[in-house]
Amino acid sequence: MSNEAQQYHTHITSEHKWFDLKLKEVWQYKDLIVLFTKRSFVLKYKQTVLGPAWLFLNPIMTSLIYTFVFGGIAGIETDGVPQILFYLGGNAIWTFFSTCLTSNANAFIANSAVFGKVYFPRLTTPVSNVLSSVVQFGIQMILVLAFLIYYVATGAVHPNWLSWLLIPVVLLNLGIMGLGCGIIISSLTTKYRDLSILVSFGVSLWMYATPIVYPISQIDNELFRTILMINPATAPIELFRYALLGQGTISIPSLIFSWVFTIAVAVLGIMVFNKVEKTFMDTV
Amino acid sequence: MENTNREIAIKMTGVKKKYRLGQIGGGTLQADLQSWWAKLRGKEDPNSKIGQEQRLVGQTFMALNGIDLTIYKGEAVGIIGTNGAGKSTLLKLLSRVTAPTEGEIDIYGRIASMLEVGTGFSPEMTGRENVYMNGAILGMTKAEIDAKMEDIIEFSEVRDFIDTPVKRYSSGMYVKLAFSVAAHLDSEIMIMDEVLAVGDMAFQRKCLTKMKEAATQQGRTVLYVSHNMNTIRQLCERCIVLDKGRVIFEGDVEEAIGVYLGSHSKSGSFLSLETLPRDQEFNNPSVNMTAFSIHNSEDSIFTVGSTMDCSFVINSSCNIEKTYCRIIIKSADGLPVTMTTASDSFPLRSDSKNTIKMRVDISSLVPGRYTISPVFYELNEFGGYNNLDGLKEMYCFEVATVPGFNNNMEWQTNFWGHFCVNPIQFVE
Repeated sequence: MSNEAQQYHTHITSEHKWFDLKLKEVWQYKDLIVLFTKRSFVLKYKQTVLGPAWLFLNPIMTSLIYTFVFGGIAGIETDGVPQILFYLGGNAIWTFFSTCLTSNANAFIANSAVFGKVYFPRLTTPVSNVLSSVVQFGIQMILVLAFLIYYVATGAVHPNWLSWLLIPVVLLNLGIMGLGCGIIISSLTTKYRDLSILVSFGVSLWMYATPIVYPISQIDNELFRTILMINPATAPIELFRYALLGQGTISIPSLIFSWVFTIAVAVLGIMVFNKVEKTFMDTV
Repeated sequence: MENTNREIAIKMTGVKKKYRLGQIGGGTLQADLQSWWAKLRGKEDPNSKIGQEQRLVGQTFMALNGIDLTIYKGEAVGIIGTNGAGKSTLLKLLSRVTAPTEGEIDIYGRIASMLEVGTGFSPEMTGRENVYMNGAILGMTKAEIDAKMEDIIEFSEVRDFIDTPVKRYSSGMYVKLAFSVAAHLDSEIMIMDEVLAVGDMAFQRKCLTKMKEAATQQGRTVLYVSHNMNTIRQLCERCIVLDKGRVIFEGDVEEAIGVYLGSHSKSGSFLSLETLPRDQEFNNPSVNMTAFSIHNSEDSIFTVGSTMDCSFVINSSCNIEKTYCRIIIKSADGLPVTMTTASDSFPLRSDSKNTIKMRVDISSLVPGRYTISPVFYELNEFGGYNNLDGLKEMYCFEVATVPGFNNNMEWQTNFWGHFCVNPIQFVE
């Protein structure tokens, strides 16, 4: 029993170790992460008539609107790819990234009721948020696949099937980036509520700075092209589109930059998050 | 002492927790940046309130002011103290909800804290799903919960509703389920903060037994916070009294309860009442009790069968024709015993000192410690009443036994209550 007690020794001080990311503790709570992920799905569609059908209806409707507005009215070329497929794919990957970001951006405030009562590694909530975005992305991909098969059969697109192996890497890249940005924002919103209002605006701005509703080839302006290239979300999304539609440009330096940005923002995010988690209940 | 070689479960050294009074930060980024920019240029903070004394800005409040505590394994320890004494802050620090400002805490073992009913319950999910959720939040793995599921459902008494969303539960069912999960955790330390208040009597007893068993038989450590002195008595073998963020007493339960009540209500033959904090309902600025004196006891000890002769001094800024008075007598653990009222009214004058002398009949109180809570009120011509002033648990006194009372047996309030009627008379 003595050894057991030693095993669970916890030492609490006022000091904070910045470089202790506490990832091991998060791993110990993996069952909780799974439960949180499940819960987010169960709760989202409880007491709705259509239930999980919304998972399909949402992206279809958004893509139809994009097709109508950007393809139809604005007349943006999609490099020969069928428009609906172009927007479905872009929407799937961007939804993944933006939910990773926005769902984590209010992680502290949304969970303050539970966080205020009991301790568990707080990082479990952002991680489970990312996981549920992955599942949601998977479901959206079923839809994308259905369209893809039709267009491949008609010969309209030629995906790079081998590159599909890179899609998990793309998800990892964007998922960690979204998590990092999200938890930095959530750490700041415990004190400054203003940021949470900015988030949805910022995310849609970010979307237009990322080749989601248009391919890079449509941009001639030097300035815009630079913005696109600096944007760390561009490279993984281009990689995704290259795999899915066989169209797009892969730039290795951009990819490396994107990963460096991702890791930096994630480490910084977790550090800030762990710092804030200790006392956020006093300010939230 | 045998204590020295007992295993330590929790050790706190010099723990302090500081809160800032008033608004924390500016609340918005813009305001904070403004303050910061002003400070940088050596100008006055544009966000500090006009007319406010500058030294008050940024004043702090020590919720815990240097706590040193050692709690040993297998102990059931009660924590008592008035509201604001720091009990909840202490538990929050122990359950790692927030971090101390200063000091160190060492915890040997896993902690299951039940700071409030149904922590982490999602209303939309069923009881069973919530058990998994709650268990996982408290640090159990799925396999562990599976193994305990039957016991948890059995103990919670909500078997029939276990697959119903908990939003349809009554609050009692909620607590029962939540308590069951926490009680069945393999944690070495259990922290309970008044969780039992909602359950029915039978379930409360069951929980106390369960916690007692956890402490004595399984060697788990129980920390229990309550205002209910009876449950503290039943469960705990040691008790800690907190006051103003410090430990003022540590040791025997009965003594601790005495200390707590002493710190809470003033004793002595004269009390100044002017500055004592009033409850919201008695916040009437025009009428104020300023003093209370006892005329027939120096040390606040009365004997069974006696009366209490006392007087109040009341300041009033207006003339009130019909003032009435009521005195509530509560037992040491805060349960009301009885109430007595004056059938006559008296007038209050604004131009002179109002001294109201009265005799309160406390002859039926059994030996023990009590408090009185006076309330002064006026009745208007329509029969409505209006509280003028009152103080909760203002004065603490003791009733001592007299030879021959109850045939010289000790009176057991747990079984016999606080009130004695005249002895039985045998009749032909």
